[in-house]
Amino acid sequence: MTLAANASARLASLLGSERVVSSQTDLQKYAISGQVPGGAIRPANAEEVAEIIRFAAAENLALVCCGSRTKAEIGMPPRRYDFALDLSNLAEIAHYDPEDLTLSVDAGLSLGALEKVLAAKNQFLPLSVPCFQTSTVGGTIASGVDSMLRLLYGTARDFLIGAEFVDGKGQLCRSGGRVVKNVTGYDIHKLLIGSLGTLAVITRLNFRTFPRPESRAGFLAGFATPEAALSFRKSLLSSGLPFSGVELFDPRFAILLSGVLSGTSTSASELLNHSRWIVYAAFGGQETVVRRIQRDSQDRASKAYAVVSGILDQRSNEIFSDALREAFIWLKQSAADVAILRLVQLQFTPADFQEFHKVKWRSSQEPALLLSGCGTCLLAFSCEGDNEGEREALERHISELLSRTSYKASNATLLHAPARLKGCCGVWGPVPPGFPLMQSVKSAFDPQNIFSSGRFVGGL
Amino acid sequence: MDPALIRELKTLLGSPNVLTQTEDLMLYEFDGSVEKGRPEVVAFPHSTEDVSRIMKLANKFQVPVVGRGAGTGLSGGALARSGGIMVVFARMNRILELDLENCRAVVQPGVVNLDITRAVEHAGLYFAPDPSSQKSSTIGGNVAENSGGPHTLSCGLTTNHVTALELVMPDGKIIRAGSRHGDAAGYDLCGLLVGSEGTLALVTEITVKLTRKAESIETLLAVFDSVGDASRTVAEITARGITTSACEMLDGWTLAVIEDYLNAGFPRDSAAVLLMEVEGLCEAAVSQAAAVAEICRTNHAREVRTARDERERDNLWKGRKNAFGAMGRLAPSNYVLDGVIPRSKLPEALERIHEIGVRAGFRIGNIFHAGDGNLHPIILFDPRNAQEFANAVAAAEEIIRMCVSFGGSLTGEHGVGMEKSELMPLLFTDADFDLMRRLHDAFNPGCSLNPGKIFPVSKGCGEIRVGKSRRNAGRTT
Repeated sequence: MTLAANASARLASLLGSERVVSSQTDLQKYAISGQVPGGAIRPANAEEVAEIIRFAAAENLALVCCGSRTKAEIGMPPRRYDFALDLSNLAEIAHYDPEDLTLSVDAGLSLGALEKVLAAKNQFLPLSVPCFQTSTVGGTIASGVDSMLRLLYGTARDFLIGAEFVDGKGQLCRSGGRVVKNVTGYDIHKLLIGSLGTLAVITRLNFRTFPRPESRAGFLAGFATPEAALSFRKSLLSSGLPFSGVELFDPRFAILLSGVLSGTSTSASELLNHSRWIVYAAFGGQETVVRRIQRDSQDRASKAYAVVSGILDQRSNEIFSDALREAFIWLKQSAADVAILRLVQLQFTPADFQEFHKVKWRSSQEPALLLSGCGTCLLAFSCEGDNEGEREALERHISELLSRTSYKASNATLLHAPARLKGCCGVWGPVPPGFPLMQSVKSAFDPQNIFSSGRFVGGL
Repeated sequence: MDPALIRELKTLLGSPNVLTQTEDLMLYEFDGSVEKGRPEVVAFPHSTEDVSRIMKLANKFQVPVVGRGAGTGLSGGALARSGGIMVVFARMNRILELDLENCRAVVQPGVVNLDITRAVEHAGLYFAPDPSSQKSSTIGGNVAENSGGPHTLSCGLTTNHVTALELVMPDGKIIRAGSRHGDAAGYDLCGLLVGSEGTLALVTEITVKLTRKAESIETLLAVFDSVGDASRTVAEITARGITTSACEMLDGWTLAVIEDYLNAGFPRDSAAVLLMEVEGLCEAAVSQAAAVAEICRTNHAREVRTARDERERDNLWKGRKNAFGAMGRLAPSNYVLDGVIPRSKLPEALERIHEIGVRAGFRIGNIFHAGDGNLHPIILFDPRNAQEFANAVAAAEEIIRMCVSFGGSLTGEHGVGMEKSELMPLLFTDADFDLMRRLHDAFNPGCSLNPGKIFPVSKGCGEIRVGKSRRNAGRTT
């Protein structure tokens, strides 16, 4: 399906031909699950976005909004995809008041570029997500991906203080503000977090920023059993020590990570190669605080029967945590076909881990498991091979894990999978409680269903 | 009110749970604001099912419903602006479950804020949002208003501590939103509902996060001879990247009023004091407290006191927590404002507030959350004097307009309610209202829940009956 030629021409006459991408080669890069849009438009500012949306609403054209497209595969393929709305030209910092620790930034600016600006003032935004350098701020918020720093700084919902966006009628709207404390009007911007572009086109986001810790460091401990590793994880999480992250991973993940780290100068690699369950804790602050946390972590590791343990100094820790942050990317590349499942639970037990590991691909390939201190767990399954029976067993297993969702267990999402697997298992698990309200919310924002149609939970 | 509705309500809930006498209803026509609005009947549900049945009954008789906790709100959110049924959650006050291992509590909306902390403090946990009203305000009201408090600076508002809600929708349906963990699939309905001021749904059950107590808390009181020095101290603490867990400012006049009332040893001749806390690991708290004290001295603090123990800490906080009571000795009524400014604008804002007070003929006290730029100017007035009341309202409006002109906001923690609905266009455009309206209608299409709140009357529910507000009726004491 192509964007009607006259529609392309009219958009070009509205905004200038340089805004419209129509060559087939260029359009390929906007493909989502093999679907190539009929056109792509690169507006220069929020007013142009609004104009495009009004045009799309009038012509009933469906669009998917994108930034640097690093997370475009999350969600179901769009039901309709007439054109891509590429926001990468919206990349200004509209307002930055370092003394007030507040920031207002265009959706298309990359996190990497933003980091440099904030670092100059010794501040940062705690969005430590995969594809960090190229991910746009808007895409990071819309996709709702997990940040490595969530344990200490919370999710975007805890530091996003306002937003500007274009609704499905093509109106430029705003919510919240630029102050750190504000209860004026509905918190509409919270709805946009993780909504996968199905409600509105985010054009600008306001955040509170944070002072950078004086120094950062890490601690690694290896365990012979998942029980011991889980018990150490629990001991750290209930210690009251201000960890920015506590990550637990299985031997398979450790081997893959070790491969990623090979050739770097981190001292961590040696700890990773002995079929152990690993717990990594990250922390920062003044030197005295860092030393205290290292000491306490070491004591707790000894009491928890750690087989090995070690402290990562600032440099080693930076390399290590950067590699871990990018896990979603290198897990995808760890085999020809990989499925990555994200499970959220308040508690994980050894029995859970046994269940996750019960289906092995080709009898040798266990899934790689990474569990964050916030209770989000990534499971990467290799789907290579052509044994139909094994493939069906894996599909059944993933379907079962997706359906674990309940009020208490929370949430399961298939973040990445071959098209066939997405097709048979779906991506989102069962519809959540409150789903009829979500449908009403979608209609209120996007009455004609032109934004990312069908990509989100329950076909929203 | 239709007598048939009263009859059915009494059958539903039992007579002791329904109030209809004028003298009873008068108790519910006020909250902590300067607004008023009397309900036609007050109902006390005991369960979610009761609330659902009340809602269905209200629909049958086409009367509006407003939810209410303890009535301590400061923006008229829990007032029956259009009459109708007031659903008071005082008797739905049970803590349903404490999941200490996962730091969660499941509570009914009528549970008093501080009672959550009391129930879990033995495990080293507490419920972080701490509005000044926390000894009496309910969690349901906190959820409706997205309440904050002195420790919002480090802990966030109520919304940052709610993971799931049970709701009764305007059609009486019972729906759940969120999850115990907090990461529920789909849109963040809890994020929208917390702070929606009872205009979208009635909340009948709340799952909250519990926070672990810090290992160490350092409390400091710094005394200044100039408001400017105190303001600059706050700006510098913020700019230096020190996150105080609380940073409260009281101006010198207010402090003298408090000292007259409490005799707690506060100076009577200061221009301003800062009450600050830093918390965390011992190492962090001690060194940050030292850094804060140094910044205070650099900015000419004439004295910096540090609490040596819990008793001294309580003593330092005593002034802050009793400030409003102390003010009550000076005038028949007071109007506590709530506006927010960028923290870097603090010195300028305080000067302007003083000027506005002088021009309007009021002594305006300032007791506020300086660390997050949340101002609470207090205007003392006599509501029996119509002109004085009108002047107080005009001065309040001027201060709020000033906050907006500084890049700030209408309200930091009290909510819009009736008080500021007409000021909303200062921040929002017609397009913003159009979307808010569509969202409102997605939940509450008939406008049966809490009509006349948040939206300016001209942009609100089409045909609501808006009762008398302060604009045409001064508060009587």
